[in-house]
Amino acid sequence: MKVFEGLKFKRGTTVIHRLDPRTKFLVSCMIFTLALLFTELFSIIILFIAQLPIIFSARIHREWSRSLRGSLTLVVIILFTNLIVGYVSNNFQLTSQLLTYSISMAFRFVVLMSSFSLFFLTTSPDDLSLALEQSHIPYEFCFAFTTAIRFVPVLAIEAQTIMDAQRSRGLELDKGNFLKRIRNYIPILIPLIVGAIRRSLELAEAMESRAFGAKKKRTNLYRLQLKRSDYITFLISFIILSLSLYIRYNIPIPELQFPL
Amino acid sequence: MIEFKNVSFTYPSGAEALKEINVKIKDPDFIAIIGENGAGKTTFIKHLNGILKPTRGEIYINGLNTKKASVAELSRDVGIVFQNPDHQLFCETVEEEIAFGLKNFGFNKDIISERVTWALNLLDLTKYRKVSPFMLSGGERKRVALATILAWDPKILVLDEPTIGQDFNQKDKLRQFIIQLTSQGRTVIMVTHDVEFVADCNPKIIVMSHSRIITTGSAREVLTNFDILSKASVIPPQITQLFSQLSDLDLPQNIIDLYEAKQLIIDLTKRRLDNESL
Repeated sequence: MKVFEGLKFKRGTTVIHRLDPRTKFLVSCMIFTLALLFTELFSIIILFIAQLPIIFSARIHREWSRSLRGSLTLVVIILFTNLIVGYVSNNFQLTSQLLTYSISMAFRFVVLMSSFSLFFLTTSPDDLSLALEQSHIPYEFCFAFTTAIRFVPVLAIEAQTIMDAQRSRGLELDKGNFLKRIRNYIPILIPLIVGAIRRSLELAEAMESRAFGAKKKRTNLYRLQLKRSDYITFLISFIILSLSLYIRYNIPIPELQFPL
Repeated sequence: MIEFKNVSFTYPSGAEALKEINVKIKDPDFIAIIGENGAGKTTFIKHLNGILKPTRGEIYINGLNTKKASVAELSRDVGIVFQNPDHQLFCETVEEEIAFGLKNFGFNKDIISERVTWALNLLDLTKYRKVSPFMLSGGERKRVALATILAWDPKILVLDEPTIGQDFNQKDKLRQFIIQLTSQGRTVIMVTHDVEFVADCNPKIIVMSHSRIITTGSAREVLTNFDILSKASVIPPQITQLFSQLSDLDLPQNIIDLYEAKQLIIDLTKRRLDNESL
């Protein structure tokens, strides 16, 4: 459940926090694109390191590292899936190339995770909603989206409570083989999902009783405005993206290889 | 036996939820923990089966240090029924729900079916044996949750807010049930905001406020101590308040029991009538 920690907004006043949500979204998307663009371990490591200054300047490194540690299980799954699939399709031969490839795939996931982490940790749900609305996305969609995000921490807390309750009934989550361990999560997932559905119905009733959708045209108390720092960030992102595209197609990337 | 030795607990977020808790609960006993919201009551009970381990200090459950035992090991002796049954019900039938804990503790098949039948009976749930717990009403779900824990007969039973969502009849049944358990040598610890229920049950009381235990004592001592109660944002039972407001009638001030109160009022009225007729 630590994964969710990386999506929980933490109020702050750093330069990164003060950027327009649209700018931050663009930066995250850029990192995301870059991570998909490159498959070599070397470039993915660079991408990872390049994120660190931003994360440290936003002072979210603690939450960020917690979410990375939480995603460790998924990383391991990605690593082994790649290894196994490669191993089987490669006539049951384990090559150092395959190992390197699998590691970079797993590492790529870490980069993707942290780019999202960066966005969600520094953007308040309210700002996010405003940004969506001002991008002319219908209000209902914005509302559904931001509500989903807003409820992530709530669900995380609920998941913890459910875990406590089931462990008090003798459930041992980390006992048994791999399949058994996955099955161990059923007693946690079912109450969690049932609770989420029940909550969404209640939310719908509560919203309707507060006249949700009564008027087609809504007004907002705040408006987002792009500042100079946003334009500078746009510019830097654009330069980095074009440079990376150039490198991708014109310059050979040094190959790192894990010896077997 | 439960023993807290200088226990403090701080959540990872930095909130200190327990401060220097020292308490000893012998078997059998009946304890109610009361206190304001956020006083640390739920944190306290989560320490009883090792879901939370103390940041400082030690907790011993029947001589076993909670830091050295797993939650499953401790839960065998300490059954905690959490506030919201929806946080634990997940099976297709009530029967399976009750069997879940028994299976986890490795009971064999015959004993499981015997215990399930026993627990269903005990909580008046036999007619729902094959019914999905999700189809039941709130109060019934709460009883199912209680049955799932009672099934393995823990020596210490912990109830978090057992009276929420229960009508008067169910509350009264619960009270009788708890008293029956204590008379059978079980220890029952309940966390509640329901002072009227506490007054009816007449347990020992632990009052918590701002992460500390501020007092312990019998129900009569604690529930009639207005100063202590107001510190913990608790209002005394109505009958106690009534007697406090009638203090100039020279009535005793330590009343929590309705029948005792009734007797006192009858006596007072009789005395007045006698005086008048003289």
